[in-house]
Amino acid sequence: MMLQIENLHAKIGDNEILRGVNLEVAAGEVHAIMGPNGSGKSTLANVVAGHEAYDITGTVLFEGENLLALSPEDRAVAGVFLAFQHPVEIPGVGNLYFLRTALNSVRRRRGLAELDVMEFLALAQERMKLVEMDRSFMNRSVNEGFSGGEKKRNEILQMTILEPKLAILDETDSGLDIDALQIVAGGVNALRGPDRAMVVITHHQRLLDYIVPDRVHVMAGGRIVRSGEKDLALELEEHGYADLGQEVTSDRSASVGATP
Amino acid sequence: MTTVTSTARAAATPAPTVAELLSHLGVAPRGPGPAWLTQARQASVEWATARRFPTRKDEDWKYTRLGALLDVPFERAGAGAGRRVSPDTIDALSIDATSTRLVFVNGLFAPELSLLTELPEGVTVTNLASVLAEGGAGLEPFFSRPFGEYDHAFTALNIALAEDGAFIQVAADTLVSAPIELVFLSDAQGFPIIASPRSLIRAGPRSRVTVVETYAGTTGDPTCTNAVTQVLLDEGAQVEHYKIQDEPESAFHLALLDVRQGPDSRFSSGSVALGSKIARNEVHVRLEGEGAKVRIDGLYLPGGDQHHDNPILIEHAAPRCTSRQLYKGIVDERGHGVFNGRIIVWPGASGTDASQTNKNLLLSDHAEVDTRPRLEILTDDVKCTHGAAVGALDEEALFYLRSRGVPHEAARALLTYAFAREMLDLIPSESLRTHVETLVASRLSTDGDGTGGTLR
Repeated sequence: MMLQIENLHAKIGDNEILRGVNLEVAAGEVHAIMGPNGSGKSTLANVVAGHEAYDITGTVLFEGENLLALSPEDRAVAGVFLAFQHPVEIPGVGNLYFLRTALNSVRRRRGLAELDVMEFLALAQERMKLVEMDRSFMNRSVNEGFSGGEKKRNEILQMTILEPKLAILDETDSGLDIDALQIVAGGVNALRGPDRAMVVITHHQRLLDYIVPDRVHVMAGGRIVRSGEKDLALELEEHGYADLGQEVTSDRSASVGATP
Repeated sequence: MTTVTSTARAAATPAPTVAELLSHLGVAPRGPGPAWLTQARQASVEWATARRFPTRKDEDWKYTRLGALLDVPFERAGAGAGRRVSPDTIDALSIDATSTRLVFVNGLFAPELSLLTELPEGVTVTNLASVLAEGGAGLEPFFSRPFGEYDHAFTALNIALAEDGAFIQVAADTLVSAPIELVFLSDAQGFPIIASPRSLIRAGPRSRVTVVETYAGTTGDPTCTNAVTQVLLDEGAQVEHYKIQDEPESAFHLALLDVRQGPDSRFSSGSVALGSKIARNEVHVRLEGEGAKVRIDGLYLPGGDQHHDNPILIEHAAPRCTSRQLYKGIVDERGHGVFNGRIIVWPGASGTDASQTNKNLLLSDHAEVDTRPRLEILTDDVKCTHGAAVGALDEEALFYLRSRGVPHEAARALLTYAFAREMLDLIPSESLRTHVETLVASRLSTDGDGTGGTLR
């Protein structure tokens, strides 16, 4: 099993956001996680990626290893990648320099040769085609002044360059028009393979037309409350989350801090 | 070499008064000079003697303790120290090995280390002592300017003690394209040295010149550099000024950059402070002619037990002048950074456009910053903005970088360098920018992760 999450709790201060998440994702699978705002989806993504703001109990195993014991950078080396819902702008750090530093840090730790500037540029240009990004992006500061769609494409570009085993996409589709959505989905699908797993967090069934999931989960109140085949997404689209009942509404108050 | 007597004070002895220091150092300068210079020195001695050294009760010295400086039994440097300095030391400090370069060791001209290249007609680059020896025609106002409320004992001491410095004069309508480099080296071998370089830059009407001041030192006994650089811009003149302050941590550095601007002149100064135990990089700009523009940028990086103070005073004394200040501090360990920026808009200076910004990054729990942006507006019809910020590294940006595999320390270094980057990007000359980038990157790099020196 690539990712095994058991009874995962996460809180900031007294605010418990995850309240016993259980989830298993096997290599080769794509899982979608849906659910209302504040249900804990982004927190789950952040906790798996190693965000240090949370008090955490429970188990998260990645390929059988205790993921929670690793620093964020060690998780990246192990093969975990999070496409952020709100990618941070970093003025003064060039996109090209950042990406090459990241890739070479990971490659060095994995015992692979580092790429020099020319080798990296060749790789980056090939991957930029996948997400239809302009070369000029490389010369700009990380995400600085990027439009919402450009930021999301930059996330997917990073994913295709770092080639993680487990990619978590946190609302990568939100704010995208249909063209950008197709470009992003194309980048994700290019990375699909029997050795990779993906967890796609989304509000909209729309994305799942392009990235077809093997399993769909519904989060509410800090737990996964329903799981099913891809048809579940259609059902949610039609009926909303109202059928999930009490659990959803009563836990709205728990949403504070779910998105750091 | 002057005669040296060891005068180590017992720890309990109170710090000397100005008069005691002067009587210990002796005022009599070496070499010939005009009578007015002797009078100016005497006047400054009298002015300083009647006062005390600044203390933290003085508004502009509020954050700087001078005790550690005043406890050191400094001596004036002897001539000829330049002969001990290897040309390689100077080459390492140079931005461009082919530039015109004046080197001063302990405040005294070192011709054997200097490089005088061919310059356009109407450009004089030499040492001040040689100009004074020939009578110093027209220089009297630069020494006898009445001391106003913004001067203090150290600027007076500079006049009393200064023997040499750079003299740069550019005639009307003359452009000097290559930067002129001034290197001030402190070199104390055997006893603590006080150096008092005094430099003068006169830019004639519509002339253009770029000057880079570098302050460095050899490690050894404590040194004190008490430097004054005066810049006078005539109508339409453009002067770019840079300062690299990188003396060792055994050094004390007190400096005043004193600028007077005529109509439609342009002055810009970019400084980076890396060195010294205590460094006070004072800038005073007086916009005296209509339409003058000034831009003062500074980056200060106190770490260890360093203290970097930046008292900046911009006086808008004529209509429609523009001033911009951007100061950034990166403070690590037990370092202490101060930004004390003051803008005065005098009556009649209508149409003034002034702004000052100070941003600080604190890298340790013990780092300290004091920031005081101040506006004193005495006229109507002005546009003035100011702002200050103090913060730590952005945790979300750190997490973002780490989540991509960048190690924690490297991510911190990357973000810290990014904070400084804005200042470095303001330097138009590529060779100078690369030189400063290397200094800053080597200061900010961390050991062991392989990112040192390659942060660009």
